[in-house]
Amino acid sequence: MQYRSSLSKARGLGSAKEGIEHWWVLRLTALALVPLSLWFAFSVVTLVGGDYETYRAWAGEHGNAMLLVLLVICLFHHAQLGVQVIIEDYVHHEGIKVASIIATKFTAVFFGASSVAAVLRITFGG
Amino acid sequence: MVEFTLPANSKITKGKTHKAPDGATNIRRFKIYRFDPDSGETPRLDTFEVDMDSCGPMVLDALLKMKNEMDPTLTFRRSCREGVCGSCSFNIDGTNTLACTKAIDEIKGDVKIYPLPHMAVVKDLVPDLSVPYAQYASIEPWIKTDSPLPQGERLQSPEDRAKLDGLWECILCFCCQTSCPSYWWNGDRYLGPAVLLQSYRFIADSRDEATGERLDDLDDPFRLFRCHTIMNCTSTCPKGLNPGEAIAGIKMGLGKRRS
Ligand code: SF4
Ligand code: SF4
Ligand code: FES
Repeated sequence: MQYRSSLSKARGLGSAKEGIEHWWVLRLTALALVPLSLWFAFSVVTLVGGDYETYRAWAGEHGNAMLLVLLVICLFHHAQLGVQVIIEDYVHHEGIKVASIIATKFTAVFFGASSVAAVLRITFGG
Repeated sequence: MVEFTLPANSKITKGKTHKAPDGATNIRRFKIYRFDPDSGETPRLDTFEVDMDSCGPMVLDALLKMKNEMDPTLTFRRSCREGVCGSCSFNIDGTNTLACTKAIDEIKGDVKIYPLPHMAVVKDLVPDLSVPYAQYASIEPWIKTDSPLPQGERLQSPEDRAKLDGLWECILCFCCQTSCPSYWWNGDRYLGPAVLLQSYRFIADSRDEATGERLDDLDDPFRLFRCHTIMNCTSTCPKGLNPGEAIAGIKMGLGKRRS
């Protein structure tokens, strides 16, 4: 039995006073991903048939490396923000919700960082 | 296994049939959701055969006829019967709308009437709206000012007044609120399209002096940002309003003040 008034429930813990940032960055990264993915798809198409060395040389070229790093950062940032929204929509168990959001962020940072490291390694040799 | 996944009372059984009087030739069948939590029985779908020759044109006319002449225990809300009070909102023929402004002959086949979706049912077609009413109260739907009281009216230019068009007409029927999937999943924390439209009605009002605080109170991942622009709200509003656009207006306000 809950003896809280409806108004008390509606007010809850009050406003988080943050929400616009998440919403805005989700859209900004989506916007940035449009040209970046087009560039990436276009580049891969032009390289079709190339061997490992061709791709390596392409990725090691300064401009390509920079765009690849941007693509990876935008992609993983966008993905983790988006997955967070889906989790908040559908997961109603407080503990599972928080745990899955943390797992999402860690996973994105892990794969994002390893992708960036891979690009840097190709560019700066190793 | 189905019994384990469906909550109690979500299984609807076949109910009674109320026959049209002998000699009636112009008959429409209405399928009405019936539920009485005190009875201990699961909900049922009753069939009413209504003689259209002695019935008004709107769905509410038929509901009143069923209640007056066929089954006085049929329970629903209504008041103005002209689309201004917002009481007679139901899910009619699969869409949330007002029974008093929905013409029966716009509907093909049996007319199915259910309570507004995803709300606890008090009885038959009456949903428990205490949560959305409290959410409405929580946005403090009145003009707030700190300036000293003016001598006469609070003046507003015709242009500023025009910004309230499409907002003030809302009759709080909650058709939009209960059509929104985001409200279904997170109705305890998401304010929902009706309440957000009402909040924007005051944000957009040039006479209000609490715009910033109103925006602060909405800048929240659940209160406002559960809206994913699905637009069910706008397509269902029986008054032709656009809660989706009002919500976009709130987001714009939050964005504008940052840069
Ligand atoms: S916006 Fe339309 S559907 Fe929503 S409560 Fe107001 S009148 Fe009803
Ligand atoms: S636009 Fe927003 S409020 Fe309207 S139905 Fe979609 S999610 Fe709900
Ligand atoms: S009875 Fe008032 S809106 Fe339908």
